[in-house]
Amino acid sequence: MAVEPATELTFGDPGVLAGEDPRDRVAGLGPWRLALRRLRRNKIALAFAALFVLIVLVCLAAPLYADHIAHTDPFKNHLTDQIKINGKLTDVVAPDGVPIGPTWQGRFLLGADGNGRDIAVRLLYGGRTSLLIGAGAAIGTVLLSILFGTLAGFFRGWADTVISRSLDILWAFPPLLLGLALGTALALGGLKIGPISIAGDSKLIPILIIAIVQVPYMARPLRGQVLGLREKEFVEAARAQGAGPLQIMFSEILPNLVSTIVVFFPLMVVNAIGLEAALSFLGAGVRAPNPSWGTILGEGIQRIVTAPHQTIVPGLMLVLTVLSLNVFGDGVRDAFDPRAKVRAR
Amino acid sequence: MTSPPILEVRDLAVAFATDDGTVQAVDGVSFDLRAGEVLAVVGESGCGKSVTAMTLLGLTRSSNARFSGTATYGDTELIAASDEEMRRIRGAEIAMVFQDAMAALNPVQRVGHQIAEQIQAHEEISDADARDRSVGLLERVGIPRARERIDAYPHEFSGGMRQRVMIALALSCDPRILIADEPTTALDVTIQAQILERFRELREQTNAALILVTHDLGVVADIADRVAVMYAGRIVEYGTLDEIFYDPRHPYTWGLLGSIARMDRPRPKRLPTIAGLPPSLADRPAGCHLRPRCPHEFAECTEVPPLEQRGPTVTGDAAHTDRCWLPYERKVALREFQPGEIGLGAKTAVPLPQPQKGAA
Amino acid sequence: MGRFIVRRLIAMIAVLFAISVVTFSIFNVIPNSDPALRLAGRNQTPAQLDAIRRTWGFDKPVYVQYVKTMQKIFTGDLISYANQVDVDKEIIQDVPRTFSLAIGAALMWMAFAVAIGLYTAVKAGRFADRFLTVLALIGISMPVFWIGALMNYYLGFKWKLFPNGGYVPLTENPVDWLYHMILPWTALSLLFIGVYSRVLRSNVLDTINDDYVRTARAKGLSERQVLLRHVLRNSLIPIVTLWGLDFAAVIGGGAILTETVFDLQGVGQYAAESVGQLDIPPVLAIVMFGAFFVVLLNTVVDIVYAALDPRIRLS
Repeated sequence: MAVEPATELTFGDPGVLAGEDPRDRVAGLGPWRLALRRLRRNKIALAFAALFVLIVLVCLAAPLYADHIAHTDPFKNHLTDQIKINGKLTDVVAPDGVPIGPTWQGRFLLGADGNGRDIAVRLLYGGRTSLLIGAGAAIGTVLLSILFGTLAGFFRGWADTVISRSLDILWAFPPLLLGLALGTALALGGLKIGPISIAGDSKLIPILIIAIVQVPYMARPLRGQVLGLREKEFVEAARAQGAGPLQIMFSEILPNLVSTIVVFFPLMVVNAIGLEAALSFLGAGVRAPNPSWGTILGEGIQRIVTAPHQTIVPGLMLVLTVLSLNVFGDGVRDAFDPRAKVRAR
Repeated sequence: MTSPPILEVRDLAVAFATDDGTVQAVDGVSFDLRAGEVLAVVGESGCGKSVTAMTLLGLTRSSNARFSGTATYGDTELIAASDEEMRRIRGAEIAMVFQDAMAALNPVQRVGHQIAEQIQAHEEISDADARDRSVGLLERVGIPRARERIDAYPHEFSGGMRQRVMIALALSCDPRILIADEPTTALDVTIQAQILERFRELREQTNAALILVTHDLGVVADIADRVAVMYAGRIVEYGTLDEIFYDPRHPYTWGLLGSIARMDRPRPKRLPTIAGLPPSLADRPAGCHLRPRCPHEFAECTEVPPLEQRGPTVTGDAAHTDRCWLPYERKVALREFQPGEIGLGAKTAVPLPQPQKGAA
Repeated sequence: MGRFIVRRLIAMIAVLFAISVVTFSIFNVIPNSDPALRLAGRNQTPAQLDAIRRTWGFDKPVYVQYVKTMQKIFTGDLISYANQVDVDKEIIQDVPRTFSLAIGAALMWMAFAVAIGLYTAVKAGRFADRFLTVLALIGISMPVFWIGALMNYYLGFKWKLFPNGGYVPLTENPVDWLYHMILPWTALSLLFIGVYSRVLRSNVLDTINDDYVRTARAKGLSERQVLLRHVLRNSLIPIVTLWGLDFAAVIGGGAILTETVFDLQGVGQYAAESVGQLDIPPVLAIVMFGAFFVVLLNTVVDIVYAALDPRIRLS
């Protein structure tokens, strides 16, 4: 018995056919909007982000504070000065070398250090340096990682081999040790590559060192992601349309890397700030008398027995900054992938 | 089949509290299971059949799960039983074969160890004896060179062999009820036939009952005694294999049967489907769940149809029940478009299979 | 398994060679100053500079310099010009102190991290989890030298609960050795406990929803057996690799800061002091040995990982 095969099919809007309630339609949200929405709901992460921004702003306002509130600059010694606290005239630095603790007043708000310098002023100026180096190094790491990760993952072959082996070797050096090595080696004469020469005490040196030291930690995951991405259909489609490799990298691959980069970036900044503090503490980063949180802590720890406030206060500021960035970074990571396994160092 | 049921499920309901509201995964499921019987639970993805199966073993218990109804196995009421009681039953009395054997076996432990672990969880037995039993089990499910393979890792087996390992694991303590959750879905058709053959043998050898959760009607036709068709958390039709295939009494069942690709008919330009999508389990329509998609719905359908017998009983002593308000004669008329064709709506017709003599 | 080990060892040797080249380049090729000046550090007499140029071969081609440098390091011929000390000998003396610190801290942080990680995973979402996560985050955010200095000051110096820094060799007096190490171990562990407990927590949360855990429950195992035998064991496997990496990083990094603050006179402190004096030979040697150690440890970890997770051996 010949049967009329089913030819027509209800391929029209199935929703309309089924008498669907228009409220049942879910507007599709792209991954960015979803992530942003999740982040917005995370009040704690947002609160700490605000705290971080506050700290940055305060540090940026260092000159204002120094001029108008503390009436000094980060390098001026007040060894022989005296100031008025509660009506009494006190030595900024006592005859036995012990500096005053926090006065909670305009001048020497957080106390003085062994050289009679205003800690609060130095802290703010130091913050500018540390944050600048931290952000600068992180950006450097991101740029280098994108460059090398994409080249290695996309072209594979010998480019990949060379880059991956180099990253492996770089990774073998414990970061702080490598930073110390480079910091020490470059301290005297600085760096000279072709026409570019950087002085030994320029802030660019720690930025470069920290940027390079962190590259393996970001370049490898990026490379892995590029390796996966290049097999996806939309890359094949672009190739079939005649797009050259550069075009594909920019239009197809890079946009997909952005979410990984966004998740990694706060961590990179945190690590960079931490590394700068450690390097400067040991004398291989920013050098005294230039203020950075690392050098300030270094000076403070030397005198911890006589003036603990010189250690506690700068340390707390550093901890708060790093903590707020950590919490925010956590929030960003959760927002992009609630089950992400990004490793936090 | 007049023996008393070994498992009685009454009005089982499972709901999960989530950020987006309460998801009612299972809503009023009832059935009986007798020794040696194969019950197929059929439905599309998301209809609640897996949740039902796992709830019987207490595997869905969590802080955001809510249960109601009962599942009585012998003296134990499985839904309210303590964790300790469930622990005793799991693996020993009721065992489960999971869908994806590669994911369901621990990838870093040898298969022999994983089988022995279950045996030793329920019996006082030495390591050597447990190992011997494991080898025997592997042989029983048809794995060659079992004595060597016992020390292999899951990834060293092919898909079909891995599934057999899972079956061996489930059988290791001679359970009275075996629950198989889509055991053949991840396998190709030839392997599928072998696995089903295993199940058939098992049934003959041990008289264990089998609850087979699947969406594949071909598998159902091959092995089932009774069928429960589920849709959006409810059983919409329940009967013997012949009753479901030759006298389907629910529009959803018609749709399922109508969408089977047939080898002995001219190939349709497109496979017929049921228009629309299943409802979100967090927000189900009032009344009959199929109402938004059913071309035959009418005024009565805004009330939830209870699972009842609504037509003549043809075979067996358990009732052929369904959840459709349509009168039986109307159903008979509606489900056939042309003589011998069955389907849900216009132009979804496929010839009704003719009952063979002595098929019951 | 045997072939895997051989392959890894060969790769390791290649990397070690590359590291020596890179280290050499860092110190003698990249910087933009007279290498002899750099090495001489603070003692820059012309005679000294000439002597340096000759023994290090700065008047010869680069590869000769490389060979001479390596010779010096490996034959114990390396002298620090700041204080005329035999660098290799000094390093060997300091190594046990550094290892005491690193191994003790590593054991401590693993124990706490596993306990806290497992606990917070099981109690995920509840108060205990949130509270401990906050503590972990604070732990991650504290610079180890800061918290170490504060601990040393308050607990050691001011309240005299612990010794005020310093080191007593294990062979001399085990109890005293332990007494001196507790504070440094704690300071060094705090950071890593924070990191690892969260990684473990994340791994456990992932594993606990894996199918094979469900199978384990379906077998009739008790919840505790499921947690320990299946969840924890599988969650720990990725941690082993991390642990290997971090142990090496500790030796080369965090140890430096902790030793300096607690005055343990280990290899790290030696490096730090040399840096402070711009004394290059010790830094050169320590950097290279540090990297060597990392590579060695990584190879061992790879082999252990392959032993634990049989799927890895195929690569």
